[in-house]
Amino acid sequence: MKIVVVIKLVPDLVEELNINPDGLSLDTAWMRMIINEFDDHALEQSILLKERNNAEVIALAPGYDGVDEVLFTAIAKGADRGIRLSGDIPNANNHALAHGLAPVINALQPDLVLTGVQANNDLDGAIGPGLAACLKMPFIGYVSSVSLEEKSIQVRKEFPGGVVSKMSVTTPAVLGIQASEQPPRYVAVSKVRQVMKTATIEEQPISMAGNTGGFEVVKYSQPETSTHAKMITGDVDQVADQLMGIFKELGVL
Amino acid sequence: MSQDIYVLIEHNQGLVAEISHVLLAAGNQLKAINSSKLVAILLGHQAQDLAQGLAADQVLYVDHPNLKEFNQDAYLKTLAEIINARQPHQFLLGHTSMGSDIAGILSITLDLPLTSSCRLFTADGNAVCQICGGKILVEVKTPASSSLVTMIPGGYKPEIHPTDKPPVENFTPPALDDLRTKVIEIIQPDSNDVDISKEPILIAVGRGIQTQDNLELAEKLAGALKGVVCASRPVVDQGWVPATRLVGKSGKYVKPKVYFALGISGAPEHAEAITNSDTIIAVNTDPKAPIFNLATYGTETDLFDLIDPLVEKIEQARSG
Amino acid sequence: MPNPDPTQTSFYIKVQESVPDGNRLRKCLQCGNCSGICPFGYLMIYPPSRMIAELRADRFDKILSTENVWMCVSCYACSSVCPEQIPITQGLMASAKEELLLSGNVPAELQTALEFSQRYGNPLGESPRKRADWTKDLRPEVKIMGKDKQPVDVLWFVGDYASYHPRVQKIAQAFSKILNALKIDFGILGPEEYSDGDSQRLAGEKGLFEMLAEKNDQAFRKYEFKEIITTDPHAFNAIKNEYPKLGIQYPVRHYSEFLSDHLDEIRTLLKKPIEARVTYHDPCYLGRVNGIFQQPRALIQAIQGVELLEMPHNLKNSLCCGGGGGGMWMDGFQWEKAHVRLSDWRVQEATQTGANILAVACPYETPRFEDAAKNLEGANALKVLDIAELLADAMGI
Repeated sequence: MKIVVVIKLVPDLVEELNINPDGLSLDTAWMRMIINEFDDHALEQSILLKERNNAEVIALAPGYDGVDEVLFTAIAKGADRGIRLSGDIPNANNHALAHGLAPVINALQPDLVLTGVQANNDLDGAIGPGLAACLKMPFIGYVSSVSLEEKSIQVRKEFPGGVVSKMSVTTPAVLGIQASEQPPRYVAVSKVRQVMKTATIEEQPISMAGNTGGFEVVKYSQPETSTHAKMITGDVDQVADQLMGIFKELGVL
Repeated sequence: MSQDIYVLIEHNQGLVAEISHVLLAAGNQLKAINSSKLVAILLGHQAQDLAQGLAADQVLYVDHPNLKEFNQDAYLKTLAEIINARQPHQFLLGHTSMGSDIAGILSITLDLPLTSSCRLFTADGNAVCQICGGKILVEVKTPASSSLVTMIPGGYKPEIHPTDKPPVENFTPPALDDLRTKVIEIIQPDSNDVDISKEPILIAVGRGIQTQDNLELAEKLAGALKGVVCASRPVVDQGWVPATRLVGKSGKYVKPKVYFALGISGAPEHAEAITNSDTIIAVNTDPKAPIFNLATYGTETDLFDLIDPLVEKIEQARSG
Repeated sequence: MPNPDPTQTSFYIKVQESVPDGNRLRKCLQCGNCSGICPFGYLMIYPPSRMIAELRADRFDKILSTENVWMCVSCYACSSVCPEQIPITQGLMASAKEELLLSGNVPAELQTALEFSQRYGNPLGESPRKRADWTKDLRPEVKIMGKDKQPVDVLWFVGDYASYHPRVQKIAQAFSKILNALKIDFGILGPEEYSDGDSQRLAGEKGLFEMLAEKNDQAFRKYEFKEIITTDPHAFNAIKNEYPKLGIQYPVRHYSEFLSDHLDEIRTLLKKPIEARVTYHDPCYLGRVNGIFQQPRALIQAIQGVELLEMPHNLKNSLCCGGGGGGMWMDGFQWEKAHVRLSDWRVQEATQTGANILAVACPYETPRFEDAAKNLEGANALKVLDIAELLADAMGI
């Protein structure tokens, strides 16, 4: 069984996000790009499938700054190959990436394509459904468990309120992972450094010309946090007393 | 191409999801721009009664056994047929497990622009989208031609017309066999547990509770206030609290009188589920936690210092 | 010793090769001193002496399947009482933790701290760009090497918690005021400073430690200074004892040593007495590991009005606060196993001396002991203060 994992890097929200003076994009000067948390779960899920069902796992990532370390880490966790995709990546939206990635993924002939269900900077939908459309494969998103049954893939698809839809899908298929069956594993720095010496990241160019499919941006802005909680201060006793007053006011006591 | 606004209705077990009523509220704002119609798209099996109360001018209903539950391939074939036939100006879907699964695919197969995570529309009908954990807003221009939008809650109050039933037009679905996706079973959450979406007093715990043992603090407070314990995703993922108590995008939306948030940062996926609370009281040692922008009252006091003394005072007040 | 066939390498051999004097492991008498003095030894299925016994029987796999190695807080008590001077803390326990990490057995809290250290250069997950924010209201402004680009006499290695933790930032601010009062020409690395990495090393992440050391070295090389001083005993231990093994060699002193040199001048600057009974907690990595006991006491005793009391477990026998070896980041995990915190024991001992101030000299201690004091009967009135805060107060700055 062959699994392709598509990994995007997204802005790290720990850092301050700044908008470019023209208001049309984010200032990348101080931006830290980190692995999309959901893609980390997709990677973990594919390694779990490899451990259970003897699959080959190929990690693909568009060539953002810092992508090599992410791909080496994927290999250290158990991926068999890491491929960096080169092209005008920073300006590509998900539609463009999906079109660009499709021929590369087709050539690999995977049984499953796993990717995170969404990313924090998605503006034109997530990349998973886009890939499915370009690859003409079925798609199931919000997946929290994947198992290989005799003739199909079975997944648990999450809905609000704890409702779960147990579904089956024919292969090849694209899955949008919400949560891997266990949290993404830790990999020691020494292991990643060792992989950096012994493994190589392959590179493949992708073409995304004219495939934007998105809307025209009018402007980026930051929300005004117009409201803020009324803060209760003092020592523990004073705070507890004030809370008691609030409870009485609300009729809770 | 028409100027009509289409909204995809989401439903489960005979109930229309709240997000659909939010979409209809948005749709009613949009239709006024071009004086067009708002049409609710309802796919299902023997589900025509769900048209009752929908705040739309018209309902387009498609009935087929394979549409009984949400099935990606069945929905995609049906909606592609509808969009090609009717060419609405804008097609609104929820940014949800249903809407997000199909919007992107419709966008590429039908070559229609898609914008996602839209919170509201401007007076001109442009979408304002929320990304990067809610820290960035992006206004995007709605094209003149047909397009798709997925929406998140928060920008509009749900709009329902309980005593109305819009006229229902039946639409014949295309052949819905040879589906690559199949629903095996829908698993409903444990109905023996309380329904937190109906509880008036909720004590919510987040990552700040740190360990399973510490949950007993939340239980103590819930006992004293006669409320119920619920949690954000990280706590449920650890298995410390059952999934029926999950408050958030993939859990329950709640509307209690009091939402007491302990050690919860207030990330968007959680925040969107608690905005209908009457009063939110947030306890978090991080003064920059986003929850403080949502809460009515807040304190930076450490929850581990606060709970026991607070519970003592409550019990004294009750017995005195 | 001959290089064993890699396929035959057992963990026992690996440990011996991991540190200098590692082969002392073979001289273990099974006396049990280490297990007896280990603060969490009573909880471990395999306390240190039993671990060595299992290793000799080539049954390390059994140990790998338990989590008890994660109870070790790298306090060095075991190493300090071993009659054969086996490097238990650095050799055995750190290597065992490394094996657990490699096999994926890592408590979630620790995983987060390690991933943060890798990504942000600090275990707290704070932005490196904000590492010097604690200085912004201080006047005169603290020199940040990357901005000032001038040589300084003293490079002050501030450390993670002093940079980012609200309680410990106050200590950093107090210390910078003392340096100014003494007219010391000093600077800090600010955003170019990375975690010293010592606790991460003792938590089993040797690779991460090396990476952090290399990054600090890159910063050290850019600037001119005569010596490094630090308010963090873990950083002190790293730069003094571990960085040289990586070829990174700089003279370094703990701030207690540095200020002791200036004791005469400090005495002239002390303006007000502090009428208090003060007991001093010897930090593991300052006292037991690096033998610095006198200088911190001399600083405290220089303050008029102070009565210095000793706790029963003092000097080399000091009781660990529980923060070392990853303990700082495994509070939830260790609490679930032990239902007692080491910091509680220490604070109890402090209150029993009759002290009203517990003086400390390590950034882990202030938050840990203050938390413990809040929860213990009779400890509410105990104040926890770093020596720098005591001095600054007595100097009226």
